[in-house]
Amino acid sequence: MSETLRVPTMAEMMANGEKPDILFWVGCSGSFDDRAKKITKAVAKILQRAGVKFAVLGAEESCSGDPAKRAGNEFLFQMQAMMNIQVLDGYEVKKIVTACPHCFNTLKNEYPGLGGNYEVVHHSQLIQELINNGQLRLMGGGTFKGKRITFHDPCYLGRGNGEYEAPRALIEKLDAELVEMKRCRSRGLCCGAGGAQMFKEAEKGNKEVNIERTEEAIEVKPEIIATGCPFCNTMMTDGVKNFEKEGEIHVLDIAELIAQAEDL
Amino acid sequence: MGVSNIVFIVLLVAAGALFAKNAGKIARNIRLGRDLKRNDRPGERWKIMARVALGQSKMVVRPVAGIMHILIYVGFIIINIEVLEIVLDGIFGTHRLFAPVLGNTLYYFIINSFEVLALLVIVACVVFLVRRNILRLSRFTQPEMKSWPATDANIILVVEILLMGAFLTMNAADSTLMMYAHLGALPDDLMHYASLPGHDGFLVSQWITGLTPDDPYAVANLERAAWWFHIVGIFAFLNYLPYSKHFHILLSFPNVWYSNLAAKGQFTNHEAVTREVKLMLDPSADPYAAPAEGGGEPERFGAKDVRDLTWKQLMDAYTCTECGRCTDECPANQTGKLLSPRKIMMDTRDRLEEVGKNIDKHGKEHDDGKALLRDYISEEELWACTTCNACVQACPVNIDPLSIIMDLRRYLIMEESKSPESITAMFNNVENNGAPWAFSQADRAKWIEES
Ligand code: SF4
Ligand code: SF4
Repeated sequence: MSETLRVPTMAEMMANGEKPDILFWVGCSGSFDDRAKKITKAVAKILQRAGVKFAVLGAEESCSGDPAKRAGNEFLFQMQAMMNIQVLDGYEVKKIVTACPHCFNTLKNEYPGLGGNYEVVHHSQLIQELINNGQLRLMGGGTFKGKRITFHDPCYLGRGNGEYEAPRALIEKLDAELVEMKRCRSRGLCCGAGGAQMFKEAEKGNKEVNIERTEEAIEVKPEIIATGCPFCNTMMTDGVKNFEKEGEIHVLDIAELIAQAEDL
Repeated sequence: MGVSNIVFIVLLVAAGALFAKNAGKIARNIRLGRDLKRNDRPGERWKIMARVALGQSKMVVRPVAGIMHILIYVGFIIINIEVLEIVLDGIFGTHRLFAPVLGNTLYYFIINSFEVLALLVIVACVVFLVRRNILRLSRFTQPEMKSWPATDANIILVVEILLMGAFLTMNAADSTLMMYAHLGALPDDLMHYASLPGHDGFLVSQWITGLTPDDPYAVANLERAAWWFHIVGIFAFLNYLPYSKHFHILLSFPNVWYSNLAAKGQFTNHEAVTREVKLMLDPSADPYAAPAEGGGEPERFGAKDVRDLTWKQLMDAYTCTECGRCTDECPANQTGKLLSPRKIMMDTRDRLEEVGKNIDKHGKEHDDGKALLRDYISEEELWACTTCNACVQACPVNIDPLSIIMDLRRYLIMEESKSPESITAMFNNVENNGAPWAFSQADRAKWIEES
């Protein structure tokens, strides 16, 4: 971790008479959860390295409303959404990147119906774009060369929005060996956190979903389980701990993989 | 015109009328649902229908069931040409009406391909019966698959075997008669069976001609019996459809045409809520203003019963084939929770049928005091859903069980304020702190300093 972070807020930029090209929407998990904060920092470092002019909302950011909406509280969701839209439009935001597929899905698909129109990308998509247009150059062949990495598809990125390839393309850029679980891409198994499950006890059953999913991941003997969602990350990390495999298997977000490979 | 033609025509008309009546009831029940616009982007819709319904693209995700199903499906579609001939023969008292029209070679070719398909259909049905009753694949032994749904599936498969068997028997008897004609041994009054000169049997049924009786009259009787069994069986089957999951052979095409074309992650924005929220957020709005005109009964938020669902959700329920692919992929179901998306669809259909019967008996406004929520679907099932969309992805006919789950959840929350305690706490946090956890919004950028 060599570079220091410079992350301006929208308000700061505005005060300097500047306007970023892209807003980095951090999300609740990325702001408050200690594990997820590392993902947030990795994204920020990548953006900084690529010379992207970006900013965050900081204290002006609020919950996108996803957990309220999935739990059925349409009122609360729309309140959140409309307040966020006011803030976003106030700063004339055009493009948004986020490391949370839940925020990604909500901002991209559900805000337009309420008057909020932005170009929204998931961080895996943006990083791929930066590599493709030459803004971000990867050394490759580094830390992860030849490592067995499996990717757990986040429901709201994959099935929800049809993006299966961007994260995989990034893993391949690391010269790693991408191994697929039995259930992957459109048939991928949920981590168990979506639909506001993250915030409640699971219903009675014979197993937790994240345990089932981790078992499946362990079957392909990965050194790393790659994720693209802070909630998936938590669920898979817990799963790996449950099997006492945290010594052998690391759970890392796509952004962390890139940042570590590039020694950011 | 002989007696048998008249009997046939009466049966044909009666079967058609009865079917129209029952199908009409289903159409009426579907129309009990809420309005929904689903006819935009017709180009895309025709394409998706060609791919998913006609092309069976989602069936082959599971190759064994997929290929077997395609056999039965192609068999069904093609055999309709044969059924058309049978119906016309029945009306006009002719025998193999199409033979002279199409010419011998072509006619042989067509009937031979039907026979091959008929055989394959029998094989596929046997495989399906074995999977359900002997191998007992897990998705056919779930709690919702007991009693009627299991019987229904078996009835369909057995009937299809019987119908195909009758078709082959009929052809075998016919072949024997024509062989007699060839040898000059066919009595004059049976000569109308010799409609295909130079005939030495059809491709598949020639293997069972040995089983036909020796006496030409007995063979002719067998031919007639199989013919009648085949066509009356088809009439009966047609009228069985409205009571069965097999109705999907009719509804899957329109159902796929009306698919949701939006991203699966996108849930609808409830418009009535939007109006109220805008009012709440608008400082210039008069909080005491009378509700907007066109009011009448305020719209229910979310769904408690089938009439609160959209017609598309109700059409989904009638289209469901109970194949269980949704449930098989459902993470909640796989980990032993009560939720089964297939059961959600079956419950919706059962409840809708009940509402429909009430309407038939007591008129349109009748209220039996029951509802889809709780009388059929429990809160526990609803709260087990992770909204992962696996069920929607898996469904071969683009049914969306998740949308029903969500509408029922919305009702629980917005009309009854009923949610698990931790979910209520999450709501409070979002409302007060702008995050689902009890952190202060002011601390959102702390991670920057921590780096
Ligand atoms: S969306 Fe809900 S019902 Fe459908 S598969 Fe996922 S958890 Fe099961
Ligand atoms: S909803 Fe679709 S996948 Fe589920 S049982 Fe019905 S037809 Fe099969």
